[in-house]
Amino acid sequence: MIKKNKLRYLGTVFFFLAPAFFVYFLFNVYGVAMTFYYSTLKWTGIGTSMQPIGIQNFLRLLNDPMIWHSLKNNLILVIVSISVQLPLGLTLALLLNSKIRGTKFLRTVYFMPMLLSTVATGILWSLFYDPNFGLLNFFLERVGLASLKSGWLGSEKTAMTAVLITICWQYTPLYMILMKAGLTNIPEELYESARIDGATGGKSFWYITLPLMADTIKISAVLSLVGSLKYFDLTYVMTGGGPNGATELMATYMYKKGFVEFNMGYGSAIAAFMFLVALLITSIVQYSTRRRSS
Amino acid sequence: MDIVKRILLYLLAAFFLVLMGYPFIFVLFTSFKTPMEYMVNVWAFPKTIAFENYEKVLQPYFLRYFLNSIIASSSTVAIVILIASMASYAFARMRFRWSNILFIVFVAGMMIPVHTTLIPIYVLINRIGLFDTLPGLIGPYTSFSLPVAIFIMTGFFKEVPRELEEAALMDGCSHWIIFRKIMFPLSTPAIATVGIYNFLHTWNEFIYALVLINSPSRKTLPLGIREFYGMESVNIPGVITALLVGSLPVLLFYFLAQERVINGLVSGAVKG
Repeated sequence: MIKKNKLRYLGTVFFFLAPAFFVYFLFNVYGVAMTFYYSTLKWTGIGTSMQPIGIQNFLRLLNDPMIWHSLKNNLILVIVSISVQLPLGLTLALLLNSKIRGTKFLRTVYFMPMLLSTVATGILWSLFYDPNFGLLNFFLERVGLASLKSGWLGSEKTAMTAVLITICWQYTPLYMILMKAGLTNIPEELYESARIDGATGGKSFWYITLPLMADTIKISAVLSLVGSLKYFDLTYVMTGGGPNGATELMATYMYKKGFVEFNMGYGSAIAAFMFLVALLITSIVQYSTRRRSS
Repeated sequence: MDIVKRILLYLLAAFFLVLMGYPFIFVLFTSFKTPMEYMVNVWAFPKTIAFENYEKVLQPYFLRYFLNSIIASSSTVAIVILIASMASYAFARMRFRWSNILFIVFVAGMMIPVHTTLIPIYVLINRIGLFDTLPGLIGPYTSFSLPVAIFIMTGFFKEVPRELEEAALMDGCSHWIIFRKIMFPLSTPAIATVGIYNFLHTWNEFIYALVLINSPSRKTLPLGIREFYGMESVNIPGVITALLVGSLPVLLFYFLAQERVINGLVSGAVKG
C-alpha cells in the first residue's frame, strides 16, 4: 500500500516535470553535447559523410590566428562593456535619484534603447555611420569638422569602436535600472548621518554609495561578462565581422565557418571553444568574488 | 553653489536625453521624408508629412513578418509559462530524490551561451523535418526560455504561504488541482515577468531565426527588416520606416505598461 502510494506520488512528480525536461534536454542539453561530438568530425554539413578525426579540429583551432583575434575582440567587448556601461549606468541612476524635476520622463526616455531589437539598432546605427548620407558625417560637416568625415564601419581602424559605441548605447539602460534599484535600497539615514559628520557629496559617494552598491555592481559585471562573450547580433548586422576581420567575434566566426563556408565540424570546434572560454571565465569570476564577499 | 550643482545636473540630464532619445526623434522625422528630402538635409524637420514610406512598408509581405513574429513569440510564451510553472511547482512543493540536482541542471542553462548549440540545433531541426517552419523556431525558443522562467517561478512559488494548499490537501485535492486552482492564479506577478521577458526576447531574436528559417513567407520581423534593408538600402527613409513599424508594438506596449516592461526585462536579465 505504501509502495503504491509512493509510486503514484513519483508519477505525479514525473507528470509535472516531464514536459519541461523533454524540451530542455531535446535542445539545450543535446545541443551542448552534440557540439562537442561534432567538433571531433571532419564534416561539411547535412547530407555529407562524417569522418571522425579526433582532436584535429582543435589543433587547427589553436593555430588559427583568427580565433585568437576574435577572442581578443570578445575580451575588448567585455572590458569596454564593464568599464563604460556600468559607470554610465550608475551616472544615469544617480541622475534619476537626484532632486531634479522630470526624473520620470527622463527614465522613460533613457530606457528606450533597450526596446529596439538588435537588428533594428544595428541597421539604425549603420545608417548613422553611413559615409555618404549618415547623420554622423552630416553633423561633422555642419560643425566645420568635415576633415574628420569617414566611412566609420568600412575602415578597419574605426569599425570596432563604432560597433562598441552602439553596443553601449543599447545596453546602458539595463545597468541604469539595476543601479537605480540598488540605490533605492540604501537607507537615506546613512547619508543624513554622514552629512552631520561633515561628509560632502564626493565623500559620501565613496564611503556609502559605492560600498553598498558592491553587490549590484557585481551582478551587473557578471551579466555584462556573460553577454559579451556570446555576442553576435549587432556585429553580424553592422559589419558581418569585417572589414577584414576587424570586428570578428567568436560567435560570428563560428557562424561563418559553419554556415557560410559549410565546415560544420570546424564550426562546432569553435562553438565548443566558446563554451569552454565562457565557462572558464565565469567560474573564475564567480569563485573569486564569492570568496571575497564571504 | 547649490544652483551651480543643479544647473550641472540639468545639463547632464539634457545631454543624455539627446543621446538616448534623439535617435527615436530622428527615426520619426525621417519616416515622413522622401528619399530626396533626406539626402538634401539629413536632420531637417520634414517639410510635408508624406506617407509614401508607410505605404511602401505596410505591404502584405511585411505584415506577414508581423504575423510570423506574433505566432512565434506568443506560442513560445504560452508553452513556456505552462511547462515552466508545472516544473516549478514540482521543485517548490514536492519532495523527491535529486530534486536539487535537477534544479541545478535547469538553472545551469542560464550560464550556457546558447549560441554554442547553433549547429546541433540546425542539424536536429533539419532531421526532424521542421526546417523552415515556425514550430522549428518555437521549439528552441521554448527551450532557451525555460531556465530563467523556472528560476523565477520556483523562487516565487517558494514564497507563497502554504496554508491554503495544506487545507486543500487535507480535503483530498490532487497536486494538479492545487497547482491549477491555487498556485497558478496566485502567481500572476511572476507570470507577467516571465511572459514579458520571454516575449520581448523571442520577438527580437535573430541568430536562430537566421539559421532555421529560409522562405520569405516564414520570416520573423528581425529577418524581415534585414531583408527590407538589403533590398531598399538606398531608400534610407523607407528602411527607417520599416524599423519604426517593426518596433512599434513593443514601444506602444512600453508606453502603456512601463513599470511592467522595465521590471520584466530587468529581472529576467538579472536572473538570466
